[in-house]
Amino acid sequence: MTQHFLSVEGLKKAYPGTPTPVFENIHFAIEKGEFVCIIGHSGCGKTTILNVLAGLEEASGGVVIMDGREVSGPSLDRGVVFQSHALMPWMSVLANVAFAVKSKWPDMPKAQVEAHCTKYLEMVGLGQAIHKKPAELSGGMKQRVGIARAFAIEPKMLLLDEPFGALDALTRGTIQDELLKIVQATHQTVFMITHDVDEAILLADKVVLMSNGPLAKIAEIVEITMPRERTRADMHHDPQFYRIRNHLVDFLVNRSKGYAGSDAAVLHDAKHPPVVRPGLVEEEAPESATFRQPPQLKQVVNH
Amino acid sequence: MFKTQGFKAGLISLLLFLLFLGAWSLATFPKEQATLSGADAEYAALMGKGAEKSSGFPAPGKVGEAFVTYLSDPFYDNGPNDKGIGIQLAHSLARVALGFLLAVAVALPLGFAIGMSPLLLQAFNPFIQILKPISPLAWMPLALYSLKDSDVSGIFVIFICSLWPMLINTAFGVASVRKDWINVARTLEVSPLRKAFQVILPAAAPTILTGMRISMGIAWLVIVAAEMLVGGTGIGYFVWNEWNNLALPNVIFAVVMIGLVGMILDQIFGVLQKFVTYRE
Ligand SMILES: Nc1ncnc2c1ncn2[C@@H]1O[C@H](COP(=O)(O)OP(=O)(O)O)[C@@H](O)[C@H]1O
Ligand SMILES: [Mg+2]
Repeated sequence: MTQHFLSVEGLKKAYPGTPTPVFENIHFAIEKGEFVCIIGHSGCGKTTILNVLAGLEEASGGVVIMDGREVSGPSLDRGVVFQSHALMPWMSVLANVAFAVKSKWPDMPKAQVEAHCTKYLEMVGLGQAIHKKPAELSGGMKQRVGIARAFAIEPKMLLLDEPFGALDALTRGTIQDELLKIVQATHQTVFMITHDVDEAILLADKVVLMSNGPLAKIAEIVEITMPRERTRADMHHDPQFYRIRNHLVDFLVNRSKGYAGSDAAVLHDAKHPPVVRPGLVEEEAPESATFRQPPQLKQVVNH
Repeated sequence: MFKTQGFKAGLISLLLFLLFLGAWSLATFPKEQATLSGADAEYAALMGKGAEKSSGFPAPGKVGEAFVTYLSDPFYDNGPNDKGIGIQLAHSLARVALGFLLAVAVALPLGFAIGMSPLLLQAFNPFIQILKPISPLAWMPLALYSLKDSDVSGIFVIFICSLWPMLINTAFGVASVRKDWINVARTLEVSPLRKAFQVILPAAAPTILTGMRISMGIAWLVIVAAEMLVGGTGIGYFVWNEWNNLALPNVIFAVVMIGLVGMILDQIFGVLQKFVTYRE
């Protein structure tokens, strides 16, 4: 087995007092520079997985290994963007980012801290608002500050928990574009939770599909085979887009719920969840065939 | 519109005050001379100047005189029983400040510790619950006996009554700091000291200051009673002393002063509170 940048091995989380674990035997890997999205229904354990990766929560079993070292506790190597932006309201935008930068480089001179923070705030289009308090910003701007703060510490990996979940569609679109640009420029490794299928297709190199909990599983890993240089405006023109989209939506609507009892689950190898490339399949299999023989098995790629 | 409402309210306030003064004058004005006959007159002759003070509730004019006399020379000092109002207030304020600062010194660190640790909170809770409702004056005999000094006892009473609101609010404020902010600090590997001063303290500051404001209010209530008990100096002693002299105008003057100083103290904390309050 090759060495992955990040590998999740046999992860399990059970809360005391609940009989069945939220999930167990979770395996997946992320390569350096890869953008991975995880999709699944609410409550299946996505946030829990992300918090374990961040080191904010302890797993009940299994390990997470990043860059050859086991993750134990939070670290400046992993930047986190929280769903609720989590800005300190008593600090200005600049001070919020500077707080993070000073944590990473305690000896950096003041002027340099400011320049460094300003650079990242300008990157998310907030050059004009650096002296404002978070309360004076819109929801989208606050989330941008959160992203700038996470990028500013130049972490080895970025973890985002539904960062745009609370935003309106228009704002979400612009920030997605910005994030895409930054990630493409910096080759940042990213793990992101989303419930927006289009967002996942736009941003991700691969999408991890999680079945419903309790005892949630990584049902399959969908590779987004469209060219990396896609944009929100033109990705709809790629014929792959609808195949991938249909595949993901089909999973969320039909397959995620009954996954535990399906044929796929019987053949499921937790250590090697099936990797599928729905974008590359020329024609959709007929409905009846999909029912008996789940499509993901036909498209399994060796690894 | 705001301005006009403020103006109207001010006008009404003034009217109410004049109405109050009018009623007061009416209630105290004519009786004095009518009843000052027979035995009363004799008694008055016997007592000389002192009788003037004992004859009924003082009229506004008399109280006004007291205001003028005391405010025109607030800092004179003619021995233990005759000091200017400024000096008396300064004694009270000094006791309150000392007791309050001692309480801050204990309540903030302890409240921080209790707020951070659910274990400590549970361990301290029974003591706090039992000690909190005890009237601070109930401690007075114990304080006088063990501290053997009336001044120090007064400060102790202020300390003990300021402690609880501050302790409880600090613990509560610290315990309810948003988990997100703590998690931000954790993912940034912030040192415990920096976390305490740059995240938890500013986050809990509004709650802590509310506790301080309540404490200060209680301290100012209690100091008057405490000084009446222990005597010597202070505005409470002044009130008691003037009562023993049956100098009611002076008592009324002192009561108004207590109200004014209490209001100023509260306003100061109001300003401080505004200073640390943040909008989310
Ligand atoms: N502190 C907790 N105690 C017990 N159960 C919890 C706790 N936190 C989360 N859970 C449960 O764990 C499951 C996964 O939660 P979460 O990771 O937040 O899901 P998601 O992010 O996918 O919506 C949920 O079913 C939730 O009820
Ligand atoms: Mg979640």
